[in-house]
Amino acid sequence: MTTTKSRVVYSPAFTDGAEFRIPTFKLLKQDGSLYKGAKAPDLDKDKALRIYRAMVTTRILDERMLAAQRQGRLSFYMQCTGEEAAVIGSTAALDDADMIMAQYREQGALAYRGFSIDEFMNQLFGNELDYGKGRQMPVHYGSSKLNYMTISSPLATQIPQATGYAYGQKMAGEGHCTITYFGEGAASEGDFHAALNMAAVHRVPVIFLCRNNGYAISTPAAEQFAADGVAPRAYGYKMDVIRVDGNDILAMYQATQEARKLAVEYNRPVLIEAMSYRLAAHSSSDDPSGYRSKDEEAVWREKDPILRMRLWLERKKWWGEDDEKQLQENMRREVLETMKRAQKRPPPALDTLVSDVYDQVPPVLAEQFDKLKAHIRRHPDEYPKSAEHAKGTSQEGGLR
Amino acid sequence: MTQMNMLQAINNALDTAMAANERVLCFGEDVGVFGGVFRATSNLQQKYGKARCFNTPLVEQGIIGFANGLAAQGSVPVAEIQFADYIFPAFDQIVNESAKFRYRSGNLFNVGGLTIRAPYGGGIAGGLYHSQSPEAYFAHTPGLKVVVPRNPHQAKGLLLAAIHDQNPTLFFEPKRLYRASVGEVPEEDYRLPLGEAEVLKEGTDVTVLGWGAQMDVVEQAVEAAEKDGISCEVIDLRTILPWDVETVANSVFKTGRLVVTHEAPLTGGFAGEIAATIQERCFLYLESPIARVTGMDTPFPLVLEKEHLPNHLKVHEAIRSSMEF
Repeated sequence: MTTTKSRVVYSPAFTDGAEFRIPTFKLLKQDGSLYKGAKAPDLDKDKALRIYRAMVTTRILDERMLAAQRQGRLSFYMQCTGEEAAVIGSTAALDDADMIMAQYREQGALAYRGFSIDEFMNQLFGNELDYGKGRQMPVHYGSSKLNYMTISSPLATQIPQATGYAYGQKMAGEGHCTITYFGEGAASEGDFHAALNMAAVHRVPVIFLCRNNGYAISTPAAEQFAADGVAPRAYGYKMDVIRVDGNDILAMYQATQEARKLAVEYNRPVLIEAMSYRLAAHSSSDDPSGYRSKDEEAVWREKDPILRMRLWLERKKWWGEDDEKQLQENMRREVLETMKRAQKRPPPALDTLVSDVYDQVPPVLAEQFDKLKAHIRRHPDEYPKSAEHAKGTSQEGGLR
Repeated sequence: MTQMNMLQAINNALDTAMAANERVLCFGEDVGVFGGVFRATSNLQQKYGKARCFNTPLVEQGIIGFANGLAAQGSVPVAEIQFADYIFPAFDQIVNESAKFRYRSGNLFNVGGLTIRAPYGGGIAGGLYHSQSPEAYFAHTPGLKVVVPRNPHQAKGLLLAAIHDQNPTLFFEPKRLYRASVGEVPEEDYRLPLGEAEVLKEGTDVTVLGWGAQMDVVEQAVEAAEKDGISCEVIDLRTILPWDVETVANSVFKTGRLVVTHEAPLTGGFAGEIAATIQERCFLYLESPIARVTGMDTPFPLVLEKEHLPNHLKVHEAIRSSMEF
């Protein structure tokens, strides 16, 4: 049985999809004015400033923490730089109770939802207050209270999970949806295709947000796919799709608002392709000078999404020089003070090595842990961070 | 009590779980109106609707990715992989995601509600890709539970336990036994313990350990050995991960001999893990080397399946060799 109601032809007619050119949605020019005929979305001053502050917070956090990594205070870091509007504009268009399943470069979403600088730092330094108990590399944040799923390093695994999560939300019937973020490189993984197809077939309220930032580490988008970006794939799954200027905060906000309506009110999953540029390196371990030119970067630095929003805010008289100065100073000070505090905190307790593997520690693992503690007690100087903990929990099989 | 074969017992377990909790969902390839290629999900869609029992597109990594998300959301997904041989596209989702969800988030999130069902094992002329026993791959992954039932009563009780367990659980069903025999199965909800082996028969000379479909083979082999005058203690491991070292070690302290048997190939098979642990625990009590009776280190064959499989004759020989060492 075929599901295609196809017109019949009598000569071999191929098509290459060229008729499906997808336009780019833009509202805001780089000087902060609107394009002719464009209308700003309904965005009040409080919300606009909440968005802007989150963007600036993200930028400053990224600058300071990359510097901290270069000073050897931090093992690893990843910046969101250049993509703040794509991430924060979309998150801001959601309900705060909607689920976010991100890739790893979306700290802006957390900043918008109210993750404190302390919470960022505790994860980055993997100290005793880190929700993840020091188990993951820096930037693998998570927050159950802010509905932000803990990051995992494998690419694209979060995409079909988002489809499943959103299916559960649909079953619960409380009007929530899930947004999942991923790069144009991750969209080559099989999980991407599985996720979009399942979402379309089962009519799941999920928003797939592709940050097309031009590069997957060093591989340019032109070597990632032959097609016109990621957006046309939505047609193959019969899914609504929109391509947006990812550096345009107003366009990102409005597009995601409309996508959310389709998802929640009509159970129509949506693909959004946010066109942007990864201004920073892939991570602190990467050096872009090996694969792209300074000139190319300079072109995109001119399209800075934060400056673009600031100019819009200034035109609306919602923001001024003094506000900017104060925010910058306060944030820089808070980041530095918080970093010092987080760095001094002790690491997680030794028993976090074996807890949370299962809901309870199984006997085989409890035995391994007892052996480890006995070993550490014999070599306390070799394990200074955990020697005290090994002493403190010496009861055989005491941990369950 | 009702007479049921293993498929009916599994179907009944799913029915029981879905009736008790509306958040239990069953899905996979052909699972919907058709009831699965083996009919394990028969009538569940008719009874609980298309939203709770449904077909998925043909994409194992998608099925398990979807199931992970559902479980993280608080639903109780029971995902079917049509044959265990086809679970490998989902290996990343199971090994890197399901197994590590709780640990990596510091218990902010978990997929404890997840159960993955998959028919496994040979003896049905299924060749390379409808016969494999992949339990050892998953036994190497902390965070997962791996469970294999041996008969209809065990299948229902262990599956209900797996569904209610707060950890992601792989439930490998011995498809050779699906319709092989019937047994008494209670109609009501009951759960058998995970992580606990079961001593099926006490004996004094040698411990014979297996799981799943291999327990039928063990039973035949032990019958023959007893005729030789050998007293066998028979243990069904039931849960491969985390496994019940105590029960096996206590038995070997008594018998001094151990024969472990599984269908999966020898090298890297779970019998190796058991042998290593038991020789550490029971070194001074052992009367003979621990024997492993397993499939050969080949892809699963078709025409020469009988030669490949660790049948009752091979297990019987191993028991005798262990006694005569």
